[in-house]
Amino acid sequence: MDILQTLSKLVNESGFAGFFANGGWKYLVMIAVACVLLYLGIGKKFEPLLLVGIAFGALLTNIPGAGLYHMAMWDAYVNESAYDPVNDVALYETTDAGIRKISIEEYLDSYTGDNKADVEAKLVEHLSFTDVAHHGGLLDILYIGVKAGVYPCLIFIGIGAMTDFGPLIARPSSLLLGAAAQLGVFFAMFGAMLLGFTGPEAGSIGIIGGADGPTAILTTSKLAPHLLGPIAIAAYSYMALIPMIQKPLMRALTTETERKVKMEQAREVSKVEKIIFPIIVAVFVILLIPSTAPLIGCLMFGNLLKETGVTERLSDTAQNALMNIVTLFLGISVGATTVATRFLTLQTIAIVVLGVIAFSFSTIGGLLVAKLMYKLSGGKINPLIGSAGVSAVPMAARVSQDVGREANPSNFLLMHAMGPNVAGVIGSAIAAGFLIAVFGG
Amino acid sequence: MNTIALTASRMGIGDAGIAAVLGYAVVFFGLVLLMCVVILMGKAMAGTRAKKAEAPAPAQAAPAAPAAPSAPPAPGSAGEVKLFDVPDKEAAMIMAIVADKMGRPLNELRFKSIKEVK
Repeated sequence: MDILQTLSKLVNESGFAGFFANGGWKYLVMIAVACVLLYLGIGKKFEPLLLVGIAFGALLTNIPGAGLYHMAMWDAYVNESAYDPVNDVALYETTDAGIRKISIEEYLDSYTGDNKADVEAKLVEHLSFTDVAHHGGLLDILYIGVKAGVYPCLIFIGIGAMTDFGPLIARPSSLLLGAAAQLGVFFAMFGAMLLGFTGPEAGSIGIIGGADGPTAILTTSKLAPHLLGPIAIAAYSYMALIPMIQKPLMRALTTETERKVKMEQAREVSKVEKIIFPIIVAVFVILLIPSTAPLIGCLMFGNLLKETGVTERLSDTAQNALMNIVTLFLGISVGATTVATRFLTLQTIAIVVLGVIAFSFSTIGGLLVAKLMYKLSGGKINPLIGSAGVSAVPMAARVSQDVGREANPSNFLLMHAMGPNVAGVIGSAIAAGFLIAVFGG
Repeated sequence: MNTIALTASRMGIGDAGIAAVLGYAVVFFGLVLLMCVVILMGKAMAGTRAKKAEAPAPAQAAPAAPAAPSAPPAPGSAGEVKLFDVPDKEAAMIMAIVADKMGRPLNELRFKSIKEVK
């Protein structure tokens, strides 16, 4: 046994060698980025339940040689091309005209490695989830839940089980604010198109403005899976920064008099109304925009579990155990998509900038329509509840409460803001449904 | 080459603007329609409740026993607060906290109801 040769082989095959390979420095940068995200999640408590998972997924996926996630395999899956699992190569190339699939024969003819027989034996012509499970690493297998759109929908069951739609039922005009606060989605989408992103990519970037992580992940996994990492990170980071983004805009767009408005207590909502509401919304919205079915269906199913009063165990599981398990898988598998070669691009910077624009314009949209409602109602509606129309529940409603109390310490806007807040969840799901229907092919 | 291709063509300013306006309009349209449905549902429920309230009491129903005289409210009390799934102890604590935050004595405040926001 040649000890030196063995040691040399061990060193060359170790992950450390990967840092010195061509472009290996990018992995070091991404590991640093992952550590920053971990700090933000743990130290600053920015959406820690998801950000810690995403950051750790990013850390794992950028360790050279770990083989937990295979970006090329997912590219082959998305583009329906063949895949070489031995060398982790997707058999297609990009041209000005778009994708050009490379046939297996063409690939083998030009293959120069000495393991051609092994490669030929293992080539996969059309990848299925079974092939992913067979050839992929741990994070590839967990990522199936993202790619199939399972995790975001399961999270929506939990969100539904935790949401009280009572304030929305008591004041249905809240739905207008939930709609108005989707302005940022379409404004950012427009901006992204102007910057040269394709329609599906622009739609995925725009949905950051919906301020709803699972919706952003579902939409992006369907429309532009190659942008999933930066979009998920931007969405969750900005959701954590909502007080910093929204408060200056709220103060700038409202007067002291408007902020002081005390709203009348909304009517009480009966149990029957709360039970009927999710059924009606599910049927009505899905009939209107069928592509919203996974999100709206799961959201309303979760809410029905909560409101029936006879499925307490299921409601409890959806709110706690299910949410926690899915959040674990979702975070780490989304983080896995932040592979250095894909993440460290100008596109990521553009997404980060467009994301904050999306959040800001969503807030502005909600505030402007709330100001209109203030005028039309003769000063009975406090415009501050408009900013809660973005769907970050309940953070956005809390921000309305905080700013309202700054102007008038006896003002309690929280329950009034919860109406637009939960309307925003429905609004962003409809916006996502529209984008998937239009750009999803 | 692993770089993913842009599978859809890029849009011009006009098409991009139309897509954005159309999307926003669709969201508004959907939620306005939903608002109408929720309003109708509320009216229907209110109508049902009104009918139930108007319906005569069952003939065979035994006359209700005279209610036990309730304890007189505490001095300075403005009435009873309605509690929805909130224990008395927690309600007392919430009222004390609110009074403290507002910097006003508790007996100057009137609480109509306390409900847990889930």
